[in-house]
Amino acid sequence: MNLFAKLMRRSETAVFLIVVAIMIVIGAINPAFWQADNLFNLLRANVVIGIMALSVLIVMVSGGIDVSFPAFAAAAMYLTVLAMNAYGYEGVVLPFIGATLIGLICGLANAFFIHTFRMIPLIVTLGSASVVRGLLLGLVGTSIVNIDRMPPALIAFGRSSLDVGGAKLSVMVFVYLGLAVLVGLLLTRTMTGRSIFAYGDDAESAKRVGFNTRRTVYVAYGLAGALAGFAGLLHASMIWLANPRDFVGYELDVIAAVVLGGASIFGGRGSVLGTLLGVFLLVLIKNSLIIMRIDNTWQGVVIGCVIVIATALTAWRDRKTLA
Amino acid sequence: MAEPLIELRGVTKRFPGMKALDGVDFAIAPAEILCLAGENGSGKSTLIKIVSGVYDFDEGTLLIDGMPVAGLSPRAAIAAGIQVIYQDFSLFPSLTVAENLAMGRLLSEGRRFIAPAECRRLGTEALARLDVNIDLGARVGELSTADRQIVAIARALMSQTRLLIMDEPTTALTGREVDRLFALVREIRAKGIAVLFVSHKMREMLEISDRICVFRNGQKVEEGPTADFTEARITRAMTGQDLGHERYAWAGDASAEPRLRVQGLSVGELVRDVSLELRAGEIVGLSGLLGSGRTELALALFGMEPDYRGTILLDGKPLALASVPEAVEAGIAYVPEDRLSEGLFMSQSIARNVVASAIDRATRGPFLSDDAVTALAERTVTDMRIATTDVEKQVGKLSGGNQQRVIIGRWLLTGPRVLILNGPTVGVDVGSKAEIHRRIRELAVKDGLAVLMISDDVPELLHNCNRILLMHRGAIVDDLDPRDLQEDDIHTRLKTLR
Repeated sequence: MNLFAKLMRRSETAVFLIVVAIMIVIGAINPAFWQADNLFNLLRANVVIGIMALSVLIVMVSGGIDVSFPAFAAAAMYLTVLAMNAYGYEGVVLPFIGATLIGLICGLANAFFIHTFRMIPLIVTLGSASVVRGLLLGLVGTSIVNIDRMPPALIAFGRSSLDVGGAKLSVMVFVYLGLAVLVGLLLTRTMTGRSIFAYGDDAESAKRVGFNTRRTVYVAYGLAGALAGFAGLLHASMIWLANPRDFVGYELDVIAAVVLGGASIFGGRGSVLGTLLGVFLLVLIKNSLIIMRIDNTWQGVVIGCVIVIATALTAWRDRKTLA
Repeated sequence: MAEPLIELRGVTKRFPGMKALDGVDFAIAPAEILCLAGENGSGKSTLIKIVSGVYDFDEGTLLIDGMPVAGLSPRAAIAAGIQVIYQDFSLFPSLTVAENLAMGRLLSEGRRFIAPAECRRLGTEALARLDVNIDLGARVGELSTADRQIVAIARALMSQTRLLIMDEPTTALTGREVDRLFALVREIRAKGIAVLFVSHKMREMLEISDRICVFRNGQKVEEGPTADFTEARITRAMTGQDLGHERYAWAGDASAEPRLRVQGLSVGELVRDVSLELRAGEIVGLSGLLGSGRTELALALFGMEPDYRGTILLDGKPLALASVPEAVEAGIAYVPEDRLSEGLFMSQSIARNVVASAIDRATRGPFLSDDAVTALAERTVTDMRIATTDVEKQVGKLSGGNQQRVIIGRWLLTGPRVLILNGPTVGVDVGSKAEIHRRIRELAVKDGLAVLMISDDVPELLHNCNRILLMHRGAIVDDLDPRDLQEDDIHTRLKTLR
């Protein structure tokens, strides 16, 4: 098979071509689209959804599904911001470590139930999401931390940007891409990463070959939680606001992006590159809907259709390779 | 016999309420191909699991190289050079061939990272050892079953393997692929590796093995050099009784209107201009290599290929088979190749499975009547001699043979006039197989059912059919009378069809 044919068979190529096509169309309608400012804004909008998508990608490759990450992100973000305010902490490194750890612990709890009781990931993560949100709102509080009370260090961090030809490119984009590279290396170059694929293919076989599948499950969900926690605090630092009710409805967007990127909901398939493209495509669609002044409620319809169509296409592809 | 590689002495394994193995002596020597024969539940799988360290046993001794070993674990068994290739191969479809091959080695070395170059090197070595050529960069999910099996074998031989256990390795292979597998197994033996082979197919056991061990009810009932065995002797040892071997003779009226007449049937490029006739009471065999179009032909007759061209007549009346309900309504029943994924609802009861195709026969008004369901199910259980005392038992808990009887019994409830069986006894043990054959013949003779039996199992066709059709590249190329034929004639004929 020559390189071109090989390239055309990859779902990443298809997503990439769709992205390019949409960009050309939007650019033709409104040439301002191609301005560096706009493109950089678009990239900035990828960051939080993108990191969450990486988290969902890991779980999906393992053959599971995670709908608890928005709740974990909200909890990690809100608790960390409250703690920073309570202690008047000035740095950002420790808070981000803290948020990541909160997410990690929540993720490990998911893994515990999924592995120990062989429970269905959807049910476990639905449950844990509800519990975490409930505890957060019930025990911790419901009031929004507004910009006036947000830790200045966090705001400064979220604002940091590079000057590229007069336009400002958020440093957060590099944080996102750095994480993507790390997750990519983990999935493709480490035994742990390959064990996640193997587990997603066939858990029983993975065990027989000698993988420690318990570890695989804990790593997959733990890491997913950690990424969600990190993304949560990053979100707050980028919008200068910490709302414990934030991220509601993110499940749909993020899972849509991951599926768009070619990951299979049956496990074993998916790539970081595909996920990055899927996220970009999703954000692009949402952005153009806003530019076209399409109502918020209708955006939901569009995203829902995108999920169903993308899932149908991947299912069709998977069936074809099976036959 | 040379010094045994692994030996069991008086090994007994108990499960609650039964003895899976009962005082079994067993040994296998280096460079020996040993076949385990036995029906489902005879103790074969238990023996494999004990030898590979999965099960512990209750009494007796296990010796490796003449040294007693206590509490063999799967890991220790692998370290001792014992490798098992399970029926599902335990490969990872989304990983590449190279990764699948290298994974075991990398794991045992406790690696944390994998380098593609190293995977490729290990993979190349592993395939070179078997002298086969498979694209190392391809995902295993894209390979054919036969190639997957080769990858599984190559992987099993990567470590210092001394005993290779293969559990029904030929089930999913075509005739030519089986030949290739056997050539490979002989090469493996030439390297001094022992091969323990489990198969349901007598012919294969006789062809490949040096020695045969027959198990029945947890005991080893016969053992000896393969040269001493015949199919009849193995069957007798496995079942404890002689099974009838007279061939099926059809005594119908050849001039009568055929039950099913197919004229110029084509399905895309897969079935080309096929014409055939099936008379009441006939059992017609249909064979051919995988991809010959035989399954597509059957699916067209069952309304699953609505785009077919040509005419199908049942008792002289033309049918338009655009969907399964139409085919069922017309009186055509189809028992699919893969009963697990296409035929049965594994987690449901026997009763529910039985009535699934004939729900209208078990209703009272708009509702399903439990009594009617139970009555129909109990009748089917008796008719088909399904081994159960409870029609509420989950189908998934029955043996393969009994599952097959459930699915055949289900179709009989629809009152079929034509029964199409695709691989009716794949993965079914000898006793059950004989029972299924008996029932099919009875249906043909007593009820005048016309049966089309698709099978790779040549003895099965010779034994049960009054005509055998061979398909190749979508066309029927031969219409044979089994009375004039021996097994080898058909195998030779099939081999010329490439």
